[in-house]
Amino acid sequence: MDHAATTALRPEVLDSMLPYFGSEFGNASSVYGWGRRARQALDSARDTVSGLLGASSDEIIFTSGGSEGANLAIKGVAWANQNRGKHIITSAIEHHAVLDSVLWLEKQGFEITILPVDAEGQVAPAQVAEALRPDTILVSIMHANNEVGTIQPISEIGAIVREHGAFFHTDAVQTAGVLGMSVQELNVDLLSLSAHKFYGPKGVGALYLRKGVRLNPLIHGGAQEKRRRAGTENVAGIVGLAKALELAQEEREEENARLIALRDRLIEGLMRIPSTKVNGSLVQRLPNNVNVCFEFIEGESMLLNLDLRGVAASSGSACTSGSLDPSHVLLAMGLTHEIAHGSLRLTLGRDNTEADVDYVLQEVPMIVERLRAMSPLYQG
Amino acid sequence: MYSDKVMDHFTNPRNVGEIADADGIGEVGNARCGDIMKLWIKVDGDVITDVKFKTFGCGAAIATSSVITEMAIGKTVAEAERITNQEVAEELHGLPSVKMHCSNLAAEALMAAIEDYRKKSDKTSAS
Ligand SMILES: Cc1ncc(COP(=O)(O)O)c(C=O)c1O
Ligand code: FES
Repeated sequence: MDHAATTALRPEVLDSMLPYFGSEFGNASSVYGWGRRARQALDSARDTVSGLLGASSDEIIFTSGGSEGANLAIKGVAWANQNRGKHIITSAIEHHAVLDSVLWLEKQGFEITILPVDAEGQVAPAQVAEALRPDTILVSIMHANNEVGTIQPISEIGAIVREHGAFFHTDAVQTAGVLGMSVQELNVDLLSLSAHKFYGPKGVGALYLRKGVRLNPLIHGGAQEKRRRAGTENVAGIVGLAKALELAQEEREEENARLIALRDRLIEGLMRIPSTKVNGSLVQRLPNNVNVCFEFIEGESMLLNLDLRGVAASSGSACTSGSLDPSHVLLAMGLTHEIAHGSLRLTLGRDNTEADVDYVLQEVPMIVERLRAMSPLYQG
Repeated sequence: MYSDKVMDHFTNPRNVGEIADADGIGEVGNARCGDIMKLWIKVDGDVITDVKFKTFGCGAAIATSSVITEMAIGKTVAEAERITNQEVAEELHGLPSVKMHCSNLAAEALMAAIEDYRKKSDKTSAS
């Protein structure tokens, strides 16, 4: 139950990719048959993706994933538009691909505003409006958060940013294939996504770049992706991304309804454990996200126990981070270090059933009880 | 990432609990990740006869607490005092480098309990 981390490749997607690992190994830049067929596959994938986003095909740049998409969007727009201003706005709960890109630009002389979020992890459009300055060139706010699943009012923020004349990027890595993806409705100028989060392959993503937005490439070289991203294209990966996104968008309403029912059953069941709190919004929430804190226990020991029982999960605990700081998202939402320690994230997906949810609901209370019995903070 | 021995002590921790009439209690917190370890010791003559612990922390923290109770029981106070975090880690067949500070916590908790025991026994002998 860790589908926010990654998902398994769908068999249909694998099938669509296989020819490009085998007989169709052409380089899309070559003029002969193999090259032309690879070019056709790329063109068709680009048409599919742009169609699903309500964009035109030359507005899609294929990348190596969500991290590259965010880096290209942020650094690329910042560099190309620094004559217009040096101010960038983002939020405290972004993925590190966004946050660290912005912080790196700060070292290069850009000025940064990092907006706070409320207790449910939402960015207030009014705060974006207040933070905008005459020299603001870019605003980057994620579509939905990967840890707590809170969905941001992107369309509303986008309208404010557009009115002001700055560019707006959204990290849609957690929402592609899940929520509506029309770039017109979302009011975005840039949108990044990553195939491995919607049952596509790892290491491939796409960046939507609205016509007229200037962008410097991160990778210089050949003329691929209209000189915005050099390098021989990952044909099989791109074909797989397009196929996976197409399937996900087709099935999303039915699948979302199914996941929401499972999610709510899981949340309800976990909340029966004493001293437990849900993180994030109960309304503006991704269909597959469950995130709770159990007081008095630490997340990594929780994860190890779950793993021993065959359940894969994740935690925002300091002890799991490697860096020994708890999740910046939970802290930004106002949780104390101690509470953030006991966080557990379960993210559902296609292969999860009601029986899986009930199994977790049977195991977690026992694990919590066992760990609390060992905790010096727990007073019975 | 954890050795079998760490996982063994994590899944079957030895000596969890409290000692009501403990001779020394040590509680230490980990400034880096906010974890807490509490250790109770019982001393007979000069020998540590029982140790119990409670830990709020990661798998490595629980395993190091558990193993240090086994290492300390049967040792004299002076011997137990010389247990280093390196020895705790070795006893567990190694710890990932990001988890070495958890073994510090265990060694520090034992030191704190011994210190507490010394203070208490000094008082008793003085009165
Ligand atoms: C919100 C968000 N943005 C960006 C990324 C990075 O994507 P990728 O792993 O494709 O680089 C992730 C996934 O880890 C994510 O959840
Ligand atoms: S106690 Fe926090 S990492 Fe071990």
